[in-house]
Amino acid sequence: MKIIIFYVTMSLLVVFNSKAQNDADIIKFDRLDQLIKESGERIKVINFWATWCGPCIKELPYFEAARKNYADKISVHLVSLDFADQIAKVNKFVERKGMKSSIYLLDEIDYNSWIDKVDKNWSGAIPATLVINEKTGERKFVESELTDDELKGLIENFID
Amino acid sequence: MRKSSMLIAMVGLILSFAGSPVNNGYKVGDKVEDFKLKGVDGKMMSLADHQEAQGFIVVFDCNTCPYSKAYLKRIKALNEKYADQGYPVVAINSNDPKRSPGDTFEEMVSYANENDYEHPYLYDADQTVAKRFGATNTPHVYVLNKDGGNLVVKYIGAIDNNSRDASAVDKRYVEDAVDALISGDKPAVTKTKAIGCTIKWKAA
Repeated sequence: MKIIIFYVTMSLLVVFNSKAQNDADIIKFDRLDQLIKESGERIKVINFWATWCGPCIKELPYFEAARKNYADKISVHLVSLDFADQIAKVNKFVERKGMKSSIYLLDEIDYNSWIDKVDKNWSGAIPATLVINEKTGERKFVESELTDDELKGLIENFID
Repeated sequence: MRKSSMLIAMVGLILSFAGSPVNNGYKVGDKVEDFKLKGVDGKMMSLADHQEAQGFIVVFDCNTCPYSKAYLKRIKALNEKYADQGYPVVAINSNDPKRSPGDTFEEMVSYANENDYEHPYLYDADQTVAKRFGATNTPHVYVLNKDGGNLVVKYIGAIDNNSRDASAVDKRYVEDAVDALISGDKPAVTKTKAIGCTIKWKAA
């Protein structure tokens, strides 16, 4: 009996975990391009990061906080540039940090073929953040680590 | 409330300047000013010390970035292949060790020893060389060529088109550029971009 309860509990835990887990979508550039271009009613915040990038990890909590603070006004998309074979590491990181934003892993290794299409001013260094007003198409690209206030400022400039 | 949104708006305004990319570095075709930096051998080095060189493969690099690590063997191979043909690799580490503790001069010395560097590995302590070049990430390559008495930038960007897997590379940007220069031609591709670790700048 004890063994049955144990197995039932374990399988419930597995089911619960797999539902709670916010796994990264592995995407190609066409999906990212679509995401950038999709129109709507919100301010879209797209951040490029990686688990190996110290400054990126430092600023990620600000993006998570912004997603909560401006819940009805913005959407937050966190695009990991980790290598695709590191997907387990990315998912583990997302789980450990309790991240709830949309998470992607961009599996496009031929960097020179797409960096300019995200923004001509992007050198390729991360972190980098793209903010887009889905209604007007107005956009702002920032290639540097943001503080909490800087990210808020960036978003509020679009909301006002 | 009004005050706080004013403040946020002001921060945003400042950011719109601070966030502008630094685009005032060297462009392809620009003449390069020589520098004098300390190498891991403890000696000061200038490009002018290499009178016999036809040019240089300058690589902004570091000890700590996963992309630099992924390219370590390929950077050594570039030097092995091209130093004798007149285009040695010169690697420069411009990271602020306060922000990246694995990039102190002492760590550079041990890293170069552990990895049997044959090429110079220079310490850009005040980051002036990286700023002058306009380097943004690591590894970031500038191929230079001697034209008359001047060193001129001929290529800026990535080493090749697959940082993850050297065996899957099908565009060798730096090799193609240097091969062209050796044959007396202009490189066909003069500028590429790659994802990389940002250079860790000193706090302003």
